[in-house]
Amino acid sequence: MVTRVYVPKDSTALSLGADEVVAALRKAKAPIEIIRTGTRGMLWLEPLVEVETSAGRIAYGPVSADDVPGLLAAGLLTGASHALRIGKPEDHPYLKTQQRLTFARVGIVDPSSVEDYIAHGGYRGLERALTMAPADIVKTVADSGLRGRGGAAFPTGIKWKTVLDQNEPQKYVTCNADEGDSGTFADRMLIEGDPLTLVEGMTIAGLAVNATMGYVYLRVEYPEAIDTLRAAIAAAYKAGYLGASIKGSGKCFDLSVRVAAGAYVCGEETSMLESLEGRRGEVRVRPPLPAIKGLFGKPTIVNNVISLASVPVILERGADFYKNFGVGRSMGTLPIQLAGNLKQGGLVERAFGVTLREVLYDYGGGSASGRPIRTIQMGGPLGAYIPPSDFDTPIDYEALAAVGALVGHGGIVAFDDTVDMAKMARYAFEFCAVESCGKCTPCRIGSTRGANLIDNLLAGNKPAEQRALLEGLCDTMLQGSLCGLGGMTPFPVQSAMKHFPEDFAPRGRH
Amino acid sequence: MSIVEANEVEQAAVESALQRFGQEPGPLLVVLHAVQDHLGYIPTTSIPAIAERLNLSRAEVHGVLTFYHHFRTHPQGRRVVQICRAEACQARGGEALEAHAKQCLGVDYHGTTADGGTTLEAIYCMGNCATGPSIRIDGKLHSHVTAARFDKLMATRGTH
Repeated sequence: MVTRVYVPKDSTALSLGADEVVAALRKAKAPIEIIRTGTRGMLWLEPLVEVETSAGRIAYGPVSADDVPGLLAAGLLTGASHALRIGKPEDHPYLKTQQRLTFARVGIVDPSSVEDYIAHGGYRGLERALTMAPADIVKTVADSGLRGRGGAAFPTGIKWKTVLDQNEPQKYVTCNADEGDSGTFADRMLIEGDPLTLVEGMTIAGLAVNATMGYVYLRVEYPEAIDTLRAAIAAAYKAGYLGASIKGSGKCFDLSVRVAAGAYVCGEETSMLESLEGRRGEVRVRPPLPAIKGLFGKPTIVNNVISLASVPVILERGADFYKNFGVGRSMGTLPIQLAGNLKQGGLVERAFGVTLREVLYDYGGGSASGRPIRTIQMGGPLGAYIPPSDFDTPIDYEALAAVGALVGHGGIVAFDDTVDMAKMARYAFEFCAVESCGKCTPCRIGSTRGANLIDNLLAGNKPAEQRALLEGLCDTMLQGSLCGLGGMTPFPVQSAMKHFPEDFAPRGRH
Repeated sequence: MSIVEANEVEQAAVESALQRFGQEPGPLLVVLHAVQDHLGYIPTTSIPAIAERLNLSRAEVHGVLTFYHHFRTHPQGRRVVQICRAEACQARGGEALEAHAKQCLGVDYHGTTADGGTTLEAIYCMGNCATGPSIRIDGKLHSHVTAARFDKLMATRGTH
């Protein structure tokens, strides 16, 4: 009898030796069939090896290649006990309390198999969408309360309606997969683990606004994701889910991957469109909105990976089902990414409303170093630093905004008490200087000037004056930048200065 | 390889990229990727040909080529080491790793060791944020890279 063994080929699992584990399993010549999956999102347990048994899938982790002979001898293939045995992954406390809607299949399915995707509930949303009028699809998404998960939190349904209302024969659906924020990896994890959910979401978006062509703008820093997504798109074409007549419906949707080239600013929607058109990724002045004049001047949906990947479940289960997760105006679930100095880093999908403290300590297990967590940064390099006194804030768009923070793409980076906040503030400017597209002055010049001011401040060179200049500079960048890169760089700087003033005291000459 | 032969290789790579992708909508990035994937870099001597075939000005091609961090106009070392500089890796000791790598290789970012063996590059996030510090060596991603592990990885993957 051949036993099925599941080993992730997610980037993080690969970086921890998943391929070497597969090689060791093959070398042992055990009667097994190896299936490569995404990750379950318990990243400290990677490589997590799962074995199919009569009692369900049993997991072991973290497994190294050297552990393989011992595991096989102990009875890995029957799910026998071993020091590395986790048990059923879905019973693990980290996963048991999650509410996985968008990530329901990640870590479970073979990402390149349409058959496996359908066997796990895939394409039910598209089947429903194929029976609906475009306006009804748009209404369902609007009623679900879904807001852009890329960071801007704009209601997805309103954006789609604007595109639907344009009377143009050629429209586009574009997916912004230029996930450049540090501490965020949800897009990558979804694309590597269940790319067909994104493909299905984009196909539904195409049907909703009468767009026949879609592009995924995917980071060049994610080579594994590029390969997985391309394979999934090819499989979807082969199975008749993409192309001239989707499942014989007579409706057309084509989808293609475009590889980005390492510019953070292209995560901003208009610079992404410039880049897709083959130009420098410089921000466009709005209006016109991309929904009216977007890619190649045509009406265009620009949505983040997670927004689009949340659409299939909304179409399948209905707007009310999705909306009933969450709180206030933050409806549905958020894939929260736990990163940086945490013991149990990984992905936690929960309804909005869970507190920062719950995710940091109940899921994250506190700091990896064992030292106290001094601060967290949520929402990427442009997100504010949040002090422990605000850790009881619920994760929802409005509650975080009230403490000066943002949800962003849902990534949280934790720092222990060895962090130097003046250095982090300086880094925010430095990063902005490296990544500025150069089109507007506050961002292009302000970023370099900001780093200088912090140097002068720390050197004790007329600190009061430097502080005043820094405040003025932050204000100019906030008010005067064309996009969020320059406009939000002051958030980490000002929050660091506000909550950790002691780190900004002059240090004399270093 | 002589200079003449090298030029021929470059020209063939550019021609092949233009033939395959020149008809795509907004093709410039796609073409540049194809050239770099083939040669490892994009020769500046190819700018006039690319511009002419895509009906762009040389300035536009040059502008795109120099805007994006990923594109480069010179060959890299035989081995490429990319170190993540972003916050999540910093929170796990990334800064110490950066300093160690620079000292160990004797070069700064974008530098190549004197023997042409190793190029050091900074990278801002590879989406491997829970298990940092992260580095990529010749395309292979590694987690938990301490100074000691860096030395081991460099030693097992050839000399520098």
